[in-house]
Amino acid sequence: MDYNFFIQYWWFVISLLGAILVFLLFVQGGQTLIPQLGKSEIEKTMMVNSIGRKWEFTFTTLVTFGGAFFAAFPLFYSTSFGGAYWVWMIILFCFIIQAVSFEFRKKENNFLGEKTYNTFLLINGFGGTFLLGVAVGTFFTGSEFVVNKENIANPIMPIISQWTNPLHGLEALANPRNLLLGLVVLFLSRTLGSLYFINNINDQTLQERAKKALKVCGTVFVVLFVTFLTITFLADGFAVDKETGLVSMEKYKYFNNLIEMPVVLAMLLIGVVLVLFGLGKTMFSKAIFRKGIWFAGIGTVLAVLSLFLIAGYNNTAYYPSIFNPQSSLTIYNSSSSLFTLRTMSIVSLIIPFVLAYIFYAWRKMDKVSITKEEMQEDGHKY
Amino acid sequence: MEELVLWSRAQFALTAIYHWLFVPLTLGLGVIIGVMETIYYKTKNEEWKTITKFWMRLFGINFAIGVATGLILEFQFGTNWSNYSWFVGDIFGAPLAIEGILAFFMEATFIAIMFFGWNKVSKGFHLASTWLTVFGASISALWILIANAWMQFPTGMTFNPDTVRNEMTDFWAVALSPIAINKFFHTVTSCWVVGSAACIGVSAWFLIKKRHIDFAKKSIKIAVPVGLVGILLTIYTGDGSAFQVAQKQPMKLAAMEGLYEGQTQAPLVAFGILKPHQQAMQEKDNPSYLNISIPYALSLLGYRDVDAYVPGITDLLEGGYPTQDGTVSLSAKEKMESGKLAVQALADYKKAKKVGNEMESQKQLEILNANYSNFGYGFIKDESELVPNVAITFYAFRFMVIFGSFFILIFAIIAYFIFKKKPYENYKWFLWLCILCIPLAYMVSQSGWLVAEMGRQPWVIQDLMPTSAAISAISSSSVATTFIIFCVLFSVLLIAELSIMFKQIKKGF
Repeated sequence: MDYNFFIQYWWFVISLLGAILVFLLFVQGGQTLIPQLGKSEIEKTMMVNSIGRKWEFTFTTLVTFGGAFFAAFPLFYSTSFGGAYWVWMIILFCFIIQAVSFEFRKKENNFLGEKTYNTFLLINGFGGTFLLGVAVGTFFTGSEFVVNKENIANPIMPIISQWTNPLHGLEALANPRNLLLGLVVLFLSRTLGSLYFINNINDQTLQERAKKALKVCGTVFVVLFVTFLTITFLADGFAVDKETGLVSMEKYKYFNNLIEMPVVLAMLLIGVVLVLFGLGKTMFSKAIFRKGIWFAGIGTVLAVLSLFLIAGYNNTAYYPSIFNPQSSLTIYNSSSSLFTLRTMSIVSLIIPFVLAYIFYAWRKMDKVSITKEEMQEDGHKY
Repeated sequence: MEELVLWSRAQFALTAIYHWLFVPLTLGLGVIIGVMETIYYKTKNEEWKTITKFWMRLFGINFAIGVATGLILEFQFGTNWSNYSWFVGDIFGAPLAIEGILAFFMEATFIAIMFFGWNKVSKGFHLASTWLTVFGASISALWILIANAWMQFPTGMTFNPDTVRNEMTDFWAVALSPIAINKFFHTVTSCWVVGSAACIGVSAWFLIKKRHIDFAKKSIKIAVPVGLVGILLTIYTGDGSAFQVAQKQPMKLAAMEGLYEGQTQAPLVAFGILKPHQQAMQEKDNPSYLNISIPYALSLLGYRDVDAYVPGITDLLEGGYPTQDGTVSLSAKEKMESGKLAVQALADYKKAKKVGNEMESQKQLEILNANYSNFGYGFIKDESELVPNVAITFYAFRFMVIFGSFFILIFAIIAYFIFKKKPYENYKWFLWLCILCIPLAYMVSQSGWLVAEMGRQPWVIQDLMPTSAAISAISSSSVATTFIIFCVLFSVLLIAELSIMFKQIKKGF
């Protein structure tokens, strides 16, 4: 197995982690739905506790996504985080305030008051998802930076990656395509959040309300997502010449990638069908259909995974620079050494085992759905 | 530029110090809770379940804020130390990723069972989950400390001039570096001390208030052996740590000791008051106003030989003294020259490569390789930059050692009370002392990090990259702004955490 294999393998792992992260944003989506769906205190408590037992998975996946990106593609880590400083800092801020909110909100003497922590959850739910979408949007639309590795030999100004837009990442908010992806992620998280509540909470009234919310969020999501896909597939993309490494614009690049990689195309199609099935069946079944999250969840993972693969595979610059296209990051010029990737690949063999124990523990905990009765019992609650 | 470096350092220090307010309790109290629940599992005595659950509540409050403050640390390597991230990311990123894959998921999965699973899973499965949470937290510490140790003692890698970065060549040299292993045990066992001090202090408060006397004494019974084992191992590994510092970071050792002029049969300063740095540099044979020291101890500690020569700050700058391997040490100026050669050779290598001049590039590569061990010195403008803040390092080290050792006494006294069945719940002054030990344990723990991180300046990677070359290209006002945001946010969250903690403690078991 050669260097290219490991580079591609690691782009796949990163993409998979990213896809799982997007799926797990149902926690954030759920947070945004609490005030809308919960009319009484006990209903809100049920919802908070339902997602409160999952938030750490989302958080941990975010951290691991970052760590794996660092280990496998360190140039992205140094270029994007150090350059688009403000976008990432605001995203981090949105997640930091989430981490304490579940545990602190109902505790006596919590200093800021329950309302503040609830607001924190809303900021995280709306802001975190939307901005993550915007940040990933730049994978397709490009940013403004220069990378010059020779700078390290300049003791006066040794910094390799330089951002050329003074807004340091906030400029991404001026690009409608980034905004669109932000909204896609936000509405996807709300859609998944309502599907998750229907599955995890055993309460007819809440399930009916979640179903109602799903009809709106789900529809908006589908419309936004289709628009994003269409625009992306019609847009020019950043193609890399395999021989010279030169980056140039190619018409319909992302669409071409899809056609040239039939497995990815199949993944995208199956993903979309599964999401639509999960949504449709939940929205239109007379009785409450509780398994929608499984279809939509797996579908989301497949669809997002395929989008990441389109961004990085098939000689495409996954983190393009519109200021200096030759500085664009490709999975080849930004990756770690063969030795590191190979070592990390051995470590990654443990991932299926990790997934297995998460699944096992999750099943054990969710065997019985959340009910009003449980919320009134004594025990650890958020 | 200098301002940017300072703000970036300040932000990292701030977030790391805050994070370290919560981690020790997680690691230390975790072990204590694990032992308590094991007793419950063995005896099926409901009392132990009540005790376990009380401490678990405190654990949970503390854990949440530990997670919150930890997130920023990982991403900060990218946001504020972007050059560092490229220069050594090939080695440094791996432990961070492994930490996520191996440790964080374990913690996240089993902590949910630990808190919500009491009535959902079997007793055995619950106990396993508690231990797995603690185990997960501890291996998370392992990987991040491996990363930290590597910065202090870079190993298992080679510099690649084509990619302009260091690349890993030996994973086990990185993961099993003696410095990493020692650091891990030193850090984790010191956390047991903090956890025990917290458990004992809170229990002492109940004893003073004459509430839950039985539960409080039972808790102390568990915490004392954990703390005693913890502090003994901390001291043992601390000795190993000092030995390693002497070998790998002699400047840090000199700063820790306020040793300006080297000597054989060097004594260890037990307590002293240093003269200001500039004055001490001048009066290097007598750099302190007050100095109570233990003869031979520093030579013994640093080199396992009472006659060994320990170089002082001025010797390290001036060079010319015989090193352990028999060579004569270079002066700072010579190292800076060598570093500049290395940096220039890299530039010339790249130039020659670009125009396809193989002979020239080969020649430059040889110069680079010959001087690479001093690469970081090429960025140093003045040799005074090579001396860390002596006062902070010196006093923080004294504080850590003196008050750290004090904990042996505390734990030993309580152990004696328990063994002799003394009614220590009536010894008010002693109980108050136990309460005071809580903040003291935190301060000792933090001062250990001050020694490790201030003492290694100016290096972010020992000898290869100074902190000033590791930064991101952003404005210092941006970093100042995020510094203030984090300072306010973390302070507010800390107040909230303490306020919740105190309330929960007041409510009792």
